[in-house]
Amino acid sequence: MTTLTSDNAHNPVADGEKVLGPNDNAYQDPTHRAPLVVGKHNFTTITETVTDLNLRKTPKAWYVAFAISNCLLLMFLYCIYELITKGVGVWGNNNPVAWGFPIVNFVFWVGIGHAGTLISAILFLFRQNWRTSINRFAEAMTIFAVCCAGAFPALHVGRPWLAYWLFPIPNQMGMWPQFRSPLLWDVFAVNTYATVSLLFWYVGMIPDLATLRDRCKNKIGQFLYGLFSLGWTGSSRHWHRYEKAYLLLAALATPLVLSVHSVVSFDFATSQLPGWHTTIFPPYFVAGAVFGGFAMVVTLAVPARQWFGLKDFITMRHLENMNKIILATGMIVGYAYTTEFFMAWYSGHHYEQFTFLNRPFGPYSWAFAVMFCCNVFAPQLFWFKKCRTSIPIMMFVAMCVNVGMWFERFVIVTTSLHRDFLPSSWDMFVPTKIDIMMLIGSFGLFFTLFLLFCRFLPMVAISEVKNVTPQAHAHHDHDEHHEGGQH
Amino acid sequence: MVLGMPTKNPDAQSKVVAIIAEFDSVDAILAASEKVRDAGYTKWDTHTPFPVHGIDDAMGIKPTILPWLVLGGGITGCLGGLALAWYTNAFEYPFLTSGKPQFSLPANIPVIFETTVLLSAFGAVFGMLGLNRLPWHYNPLFKKKSFSRVTNDRFVVVIEATDPIFDVQRTTDLLNSLTPICVEEVED
Repeated sequence: MTTLTSDNAHNPVADGEKVLGPNDNAYQDPTHRAPLVVGKHNFTTITETVTDLNLRKTPKAWYVAFAISNCLLLMFLYCIYELITKGVGVWGNNNPVAWGFPIVNFVFWVGIGHAGTLISAILFLFRQNWRTSINRFAEAMTIFAVCCAGAFPALHVGRPWLAYWLFPIPNQMGMWPQFRSPLLWDVFAVNTYATVSLLFWYVGMIPDLATLRDRCKNKIGQFLYGLFSLGWTGSSRHWHRYEKAYLLLAALATPLVLSVHSVVSFDFATSQLPGWHTTIFPPYFVAGAVFGGFAMVVTLAVPARQWFGLKDFITMRHLENMNKIILATGMIVGYAYTTEFFMAWYSGHHYEQFTFLNRPFGPYSWAFAVMFCCNVFAPQLFWFKKCRTSIPIMMFVAMCVNVGMWFERFVIVTTSLHRDFLPSSWDMFVPTKIDIMMLIGSFGLFFTLFLLFCRFLPMVAISEVKNVTPQAHAHHDHDEHHEGGQH
Repeated sequence: MVLGMPTKNPDAQSKVVAIIAEFDSVDAILAASEKVRDAGYTKWDTHTPFPVHGIDDAMGIKPTILPWLVLGGGITGCLGGLALAWYTNAFEYPFLTSGKPQFSLPANIPVIFETTVLLSAFGAVFGMLGLNRLPWHYNPLFKKKSFSRVTNDRFVVVIEATDPIFDVQRTTDLLNSLTPICVEEVED
C-alpha cells in the first residue's frame, strides 16, 4: 500500500518560492496539484488521527473551555429569565428602533450559519475537493449558529410562549399566519434551513459514526455510536445510494442557502423605510453572509487545527483558500456599500439621501466607521500571499470581519430606524446591560454546543478525506494520481 | 442485501449465512468484485471504508431510483405549500392586507420554494435510508472481528448463503483464488 506524502510532489524551493514549513502545500505551481492532506498518511492513520480525538480521555483544557462557555450560557439563560419575567423593557428597544439588538443578533448569527452549507453544498457541486477537511465542522458551526439565531426572533416577539403563532397551526382564535408577509417567509426559510442543514450534517456523519462505533472501547460509547450510525456496514450498494442522496442534498441545499439570507433581507427590503427599501439587499446579504461565515470558520479552524493536531488535514492551503473567499466576498460587500450610496444620490429621494448621509456623518458614524474599516479595508491584506498564509494576520482579519459584520447589521437596523420621516419621532438607541449580556451569552450557547461536538463527534469527515487520498483510486487507470492527491 | 433475521431461539443451531473475504487495497477489491460478478453471484456485496470509484461497474450495481423519490418529495412539497397558503389565506380565513390580492402566486413563492426543498430533502434522506433498509441494528457480520475494520482500512467481499449458486466449498475456493488476506465463514 502506498502512503500519501508530499515528498514526491514538486519541490517549491527550486522555483525560488518561499517555504512555509515542512508540510507546505500552499505553493503555486500549475504543473503539479498540491496534496490535500500532508504528512505521511494512509487509511489507518487518517482513522486513528480523527477518532482518537473522541476516544481518548477528556483533556483538562476541554473542561476549562467548557466551564467558561457554560458560564456564558448561564448568563444567556439569566437574560432570558429577566426578559420573560419583566418584559421587553429590559432591552434598549424603543419606539423608532423597535428591532434593536435582537434582530441585529439574529441576522448576524444566521449570516454566520451560511458558510457551512456553502462549503458542504456549493463547493461539493463545484468539485472543490479541499472542502472535505473543513466541511464537517463548518456544518456543525452552521447548525449551532442557526440555533443561536433562532432564539432571538422567538424572544423578540415579547411573549415567547406565544411563538407558536408564527406557525400555521390551527389555534383557539381561528386565525392563520399572513402568508404575504416576509416575516412569515422567514419562519419557513430559517426552519427549512435548520432542518436541511441538520440532515445534511447527520447524513454526512453516518459512516464516521460507524467508524467510531467499531473503534470505541466503552459500552456507553458503543451503544450510542451504534444507535446513531444506524447499522451502517459500508456496503457498496449502500454507498451507491448514499452518494446519490448526498449529491441531491447538495443540489437542494445550494438554492436553499442562497434563498435563506435573501428572505432575511426581504424583512428589510419589502418595507418602505429609506435605507432598507432597496433591491440590492438579497445579493448583498448573501455575499455578506458568506463573508462573515468564512471569517468564523477561519476563527474556529485555526485554533482547532492547533489544539487537536489536525494540521495535516486542515492545511495552510485550506486556510489560504478560505482567505481568498473572504477577500472575494469582502470586495462584493464593499461594492454593495458603495452602490447603496450611489443609488441614494441617484434616486433623487430626499429621505433616502438623508439616511445615507446620516450613516457616515450622523450620531452613529463610529459604528459605520467600524463596519467599513473591518469589512472593506481589513480583508485587503489578503491580496498578499504572505498575509493569506500568516496565522496571526489571518486571525486578525477574521476577528475584524466578525466584529465588522455584527456592526453592519447594527448600522442597517439602527441608523435607518432612529431617524425616519418625521423628526419629531426621532430617538437614539442605547443598548442596556441585558442587551449586551445577551449578545455575549449567545456566544456561550454557540461555544458550548461546539465544544460538545469537538469532544464527541468526528471533527473531520473521515471517509471523505480517505476518498481524496491517492491510494483511494485504482492505480491501473489513473496513473497521474500517484503523485499528488487532488482530483 | 438481505442476511438472516435475528435468531430468537438460543438453542437453534448456528448455520453459515455468508462467507467473507478480506482485502487491503482498492485495486484488490475491484479485481475481486469483477471475478465474483463474472462467476454469476447475485446475492453478494462489498464493504468499504469509503465509496470506491468504479466499484458500481465492477459489481454491476444498477442506478438507484432515489432521484424519483426526491422528485416525488419535491412535487408534494410544492403542491402542499401552495395548498397551505391558499387554504389558510384565501379560503378558510381570507383577510385583506394593504389592498393586496387575496391570493397571488408571487407573494407565495418563497414559502412554496421552502416547502419544496424541505420535502425533497426528506425524500433524499429518508428515501436513501429506506432503500438501504437502515436503521438496522442486528447484523451477523458484526460478530466477525475482522469486519470491524471495514469502517477503517479494510475491504471485504461478502457472498450470502441465500445466493442460488452458493456452495460452501466452491465459494470458499473462489474467494481464496482472489488472494485475500483471509476468508471466513459467518455464522448466525
